[in-house]
Amino acid sequence: MIEAHFKVAYPGFALDAEFSVPARGVTALFGRSGSGKTTLLRCIAGLQRAPQGRFALGGEVWQDDQVFVPTHRRPIGVVFQEASLFPHLDARGNLDYGRRRIAPAERRVALEQAIELLGIAPLLHRRVDALSGGERQRVAIARALAVSPRLLLMDEPLAALDAEAKAAILPYLDRLHEALTLPIVYVSHALDEVARLADHLVLLDAGRVIASGPLGETLSRLDLPLRLGDDAGVVLDAHVGERNAQWHLARLDLAGGGALWARDHGVPLGQRVRVRVLARDVSLARTQLAGSSIVNQLCGEVEAIADDAHPGLALVRMRVGSAALIARLTRHSVHTLQLAPGQPVWAQVKSVALMESLT
Amino acid sequence: MSTADWQALSLTLQLAGVTTLVLLLLGLPLAWWLARSPSRWAVVAESVVALPLVLPPTVLGFYMLVLLGPQGAVGGTLQRLGLPHLAFTFTGLVIASTIYSLPFMVQPLKDAFAAVGQRMTDVAATLRAGPWDAFFSVVLPLSRRGLLSAITLTFAHTLGEFGVVLMVGGNIPGSTRVLSIAIYDHAEALNYAAAHRLSLLLLVASFAMLLAVYAVNRRRALVKP
Repeated sequence: MIEAHFKVAYPGFALDAEFSVPARGVTALFGRSGSGKTTLLRCIAGLQRAPQGRFALGGEVWQDDQVFVPTHRRPIGVVFQEASLFPHLDARGNLDYGRRRIAPAERRVALEQAIELLGIAPLLHRRVDALSGGERQRVAIARALAVSPRLLLMDEPLAALDAEAKAAILPYLDRLHEALTLPIVYVSHALDEVARLADHLVLLDAGRVIASGPLGETLSRLDLPLRLGDDAGVVLDAHVGERNAQWHLARLDLAGGGALWARDHGVPLGQRVRVRVLARDVSLARTQLAGSSIVNQLCGEVEAIADDAHPGLALVRMRVGSAALIARLTRHSVHTLQLAPGQPVWAQVKSVALMESLT
Repeated sequence: MSTADWQALSLTLQLAGVTTLVLLLLGLPLAWWLARSPSRWAVVAESVVALPLVLPPTVLGFYMLVLLGPQGAVGGTLQRLGLPHLAFTFTGLVIASTIYSLPFMVQPLKDAFAAVGQRMTDVAATLRAGPWDAFFSVVLPLSRRGLLSAITLTFAHTLGEFGVVLMVGGNIPGSTRVLSIAIYDHAEALNYAAAHRLSLLLLVASFAMLLAVYAVNRRRALVKP
């Protein structure tokens, strides 16, 4: 387990955050700017000393009332938001900096593996200022891996990159997620990154943890005080069950039952994928619709209805097999359809975002 | 050049060399503390360090003379311990020069350290470098330009000091008679040719040192975008 509880207060800001998540996969610390996610990450790294704090990884205490392990003795790797490479060293020198400082017996991640995972072999002899933003971040990630950390901390590693560089680096993060058993704590304010990469979600608002749990489950909660607005929606696990060459569509069989058709991006048959369905893209009907342009219709039952941010809107959670969908409807529709928990309904899904290659 | 002039030149170089070395040892930790300390005393310390920039050298020299002389707190204590006081000695000159040239060492170093930023030392810590390790492997290499400026400016500034030396050191050949004093003596004795030789020597040497520093800094600045 990763167990954290930190209290930090300075004028205008207070952090009192506590969470506990399994020490595997990617845990996203998600919240708006100013919600305290970066402060929380710095506390975990020991870069910021919370006067009251406790942190343990797999039962090993790094900080409590008696203990404070300084940053340079913690088995962590950290990737910062902006390029943080040492400008007086080349890419290779940066990779070697941390690696030289750990005992050979501790070198569990082979340097070659880190170089290969991030695809940086051609960059090794370049000066840092001759690298693009995306290349610098890849070197920075490899540098963090080269110290064979037992916990990888990433502070919005993509935030300083443009959309193109971001899209180019995401597959490397997918590979990282697949290839290493290393637990990762990933700070982000971009829900699309979180939906793609995270297994666990810790939601922060105004310095407090307002929800924490497995990604799919947490996103399908209707009672989150943090309004996700247009980002409200669910993430479903699926695998590619069929590819239709004529219409360039792929059938994604949902792990919880049911299937959705999405545009075929060339993901191989049988590949496990994540599917993101936004609440605003889901509408509900009492019966299956005929003569509709929407091909994706799922049958399930209403589980809960909650207020949305706008008084004219409501969020409806419906159960489809063992998974859940959220639909954003007008209150008027909820009333006209006489929706109530337990009632069978059909969901029409207008748009499905396929997030590739997660195993 | 006369033997006395050669002696003055050699003494001047020794004084500047020793002062620079002493200031380097004092200045590195002091500048680091000034650059990073959140303490309110840092701003007081910074002002004290800058004082020699604005005080007339004679004021500084006068206080040093009083302090180091046989009646002074330092000189008097030394005498009670059976040691010589420090007024009109080479050691006294080194102490006075160290204080006189302090801002020339500390300010460029402080600015360079501040420019390195917290981020770089944070990164070093996450890569297993302890504070000392990070200072020598990251902070100092990234402060090369500031370090070079600090050393050169301190050396050049000490070469040319006059007022402090005159007050603390007097004019003892081989012990405290440095170039600037020798020039003053020559000029007073209307030996303009000798004064010219030494003045030109100081002028050219100072210019050459500054030129070297600015050329190196400029080249580095142009290489880095």
